[in-house]
Amino acid sequence: MKSFLVATAMAGLFLGSGMARAQTIYPLNRAEILAGSRFDLKVEFPGGPAQGEVSVTINGRPADVVIGKPAAFLQKEEGQEHSAYWIKGTELAEPGIYVVEATQGAKKSVVTWQVFGTGPRKAKNVILFVGDGMTVANRTAARILSKGIVEGRYNGELAMDDMSNMALISTAGSDSIITDSANSAHAFTTGHKSCANALGVYCAKNKSSLDHPKVETLSELVKRKGGLAVGIVTNAEIEDATPAAMVAHTRRRRDYNDIVKMFHIVKPDVIMGGGSTHFLPKSVAGSKRTDDEDFIKKFEADGYQFVSTKTEMFASTAGSKVLGLFNTGHIDGALDLRLLKKGSVSRFPDQPDVAEMTKASLDILSKDPRGFVLMVESGRIDKYSHSLDWERSVFDTIMLDNAVKIAKDFAGDRNDTLIIVVPDHAHGMSLVGVYDDARPGQLLRDKLATYAEAGFPNYPAPDKDGYPTSIDVSRRLAIPYSAFPDHCTSGKPSLEGEFVPTARGPDGKTFIANEKYCTPGSTRVTGNLPFDAPSGVHSGDDIILTAMGPNAEKFRGHMENIKVFRVIVDALGLGR
Amino acid sequence: MIDRRSLLGVLAFGLSCHPALAATALTFRGLYKSFGVRGLVFSDAVLALQGKNVTMTGFMAPPLKAESDFFVLTAEPMALCPFCQSDADWPVDIVMIKARRRVEAVSFDRRIMVVGQLEVGPQTDSGTGFVSQIRIVDAGFTAA
Repeated sequence: MKSFLVATAMAGLFLGSGMARAQTIYPLNRAEILAGSRFDLKVEFPGGPAQGEVSVTINGRPADVVIGKPAAFLQKEEGQEHSAYWIKGTELAEPGIYVVEATQGAKKSVVTWQVFGTGPRKAKNVILFVGDGMTVANRTAARILSKGIVEGRYNGELAMDDMSNMALISTAGSDSIITDSANSAHAFTTGHKSCANALGVYCAKNKSSLDHPKVETLSELVKRKGGLAVGIVTNAEIEDATPAAMVAHTRRRRDYNDIVKMFHIVKPDVIMGGGSTHFLPKSVAGSKRTDDEDFIKKFEADGYQFVSTKTEMFASTAGSKVLGLFNTGHIDGALDLRLLKKGSVSRFPDQPDVAEMTKASLDILSKDPRGFVLMVESGRIDKYSHSLDWERSVFDTIMLDNAVKIAKDFAGDRNDTLIIVVPDHAHGMSLVGVYDDARPGQLLRDKLATYAEAGFPNYPAPDKDGYPTSIDVSRRLAIPYSAFPDHCTSGKPSLEGEFVPTARGPDGKTFIANEKYCTPGSTRVTGNLPFDAPSGVHSGDDIILTAMGPNAEKFRGHMENIKVFRVIVDALGLGR
Repeated sequence: MIDRRSLLGVLAFGLSCHPALAATALTFRGLYKSFGVRGLVFSDAVLALQGKNVTMTGFMAPPLKAESDFFVLTAEPMALCPFCQSDADWPVDIVMIKARRRVEAVSFDRRIMVVGQLEVGPQTDSGTGFVSQIRIVDAGFTAA
């Protein structure tokens, strides 16, 4: 089987690359498709041929016959220079190898799909934690800050460390070695590789972002096939890429108003996050909708309890359907919520954090006898690394770990809950030493202690939730980023709010150092990113997944991110 | 982008038609009496000033399209919101400015004062689809 797969994959690559402007078949070559899951088959024929000039077969038989649904053919689709063959809502129930051939005169494209089944259901529940952009240095620094380290030995393990299984995960998209959070979350929630900014779709030639060939999301799948409850929790805006990947089908992750509609179509039982502005009708001040639809009212009409503060959230857990929106934008991160009270904390003084939302969600979802799938994102680990603000990024890593501990306590000895903790991609951040104010010299690099001189930092002991009670200490971690725009840095935490490394330059297109930070004692750093980069960027480094519970043993060695989906649906027995 | 001298020239025009002396000063902080998840509620002062001349100071956000007669006024410069890649990322407390003549963009970190007539209520710009809740119309502006 394996050698056949490789051979057909090579054949597909050869045929695909050997001809100018070959037909493109979606799903792409080497797609792994859950048996019985839904997807759109699309073939694009260059040059706009007529229907009689082309054919599409699966394992040598007409595709529409094999799939059992009529195909639609659009010559010069949308006025473009290609013709399109569509079979929407395709389902292939039988596991096996499917060779798809698209023929146009003498030209032929071939792709091979692997349709996989699953064994019986092994897990009642699945909890997928996504640490957005959570790099290895995030984990190391979170462990140092929240557990302490003496004579080279940690005083404890993170909850996400102490799990039975681990794997090294690769994150590349179908279009690039560097992924974004839409495409990478899409891999977890659909099992398909797609391109940057895409959610629940392959990236075809369609003009509208909403018209690209779709693949079924995990939420749709578990609701349709298993009737499980679904929860989606984040401290980013709920329309943001990672939570949106649970429900959305769009080529453009910024389609926030459409994504809210998609949440309403799929109706996850628990929805918690920020981003209320896209739920409000345009007649309300503060709305970012362009229509008169009031999605808070729509969810309420569908039996959801709407909550907007932590107090209301914990009072809502007797119900079975909850929509929690706690900020107009992103929920503030842990450093601002707990210590510094910056960001929007004064405007939204009663926001829950990710751990608290996890607790409330589990209280609600665990009442469903059919089981549940809960996705929890700590979304600002990534956003703060974009800002080159590692302290906020690491505090939100500790917050994620507290959420993981709550899930582990829930799972306890019941052995029916698969827990997965995984970043969606990395950032180029690394722990290289300690900035020590006592070192001689005036420049920031004079203050950097490396190797033996680094010793250990002097953060105060953590509080009961694992957060140090001060971040502004004289011997602090030095965690530079590897890819950055022009900026000024003092090597100290940004106590007045999230670090803003750049300002838009006079031309309006390029970004220059934010002069606010270019003060005596700080260092002006010449960027190494392109001039139009406003902030730090994702890296293509592999990431660390840990897991425990039924089917966690499937995580081992090196795996591609789409395998996370495969382990989840296998645990839930969704391919039977 | 225009330099300071021509900016002042443009503005002298605007201000000559709208004596700031006759206008009431509004601030971003004073726009709303509540700011919550379910939306923002305009302050009594804003509601009372509908149709009247007001002034506001703030920053010009990068225009949604070139050669426009409108722009968005923000409390903090959007130049310092490097993560704001589109109008979807803009803060919610913004004011749309509909100028009396075509607007030439000024430096996004330059504080400006706008004078014009206050309008409140949802309105969709036909050219861009941009929805505004509060506007200063028939406006001119100058360096603040």
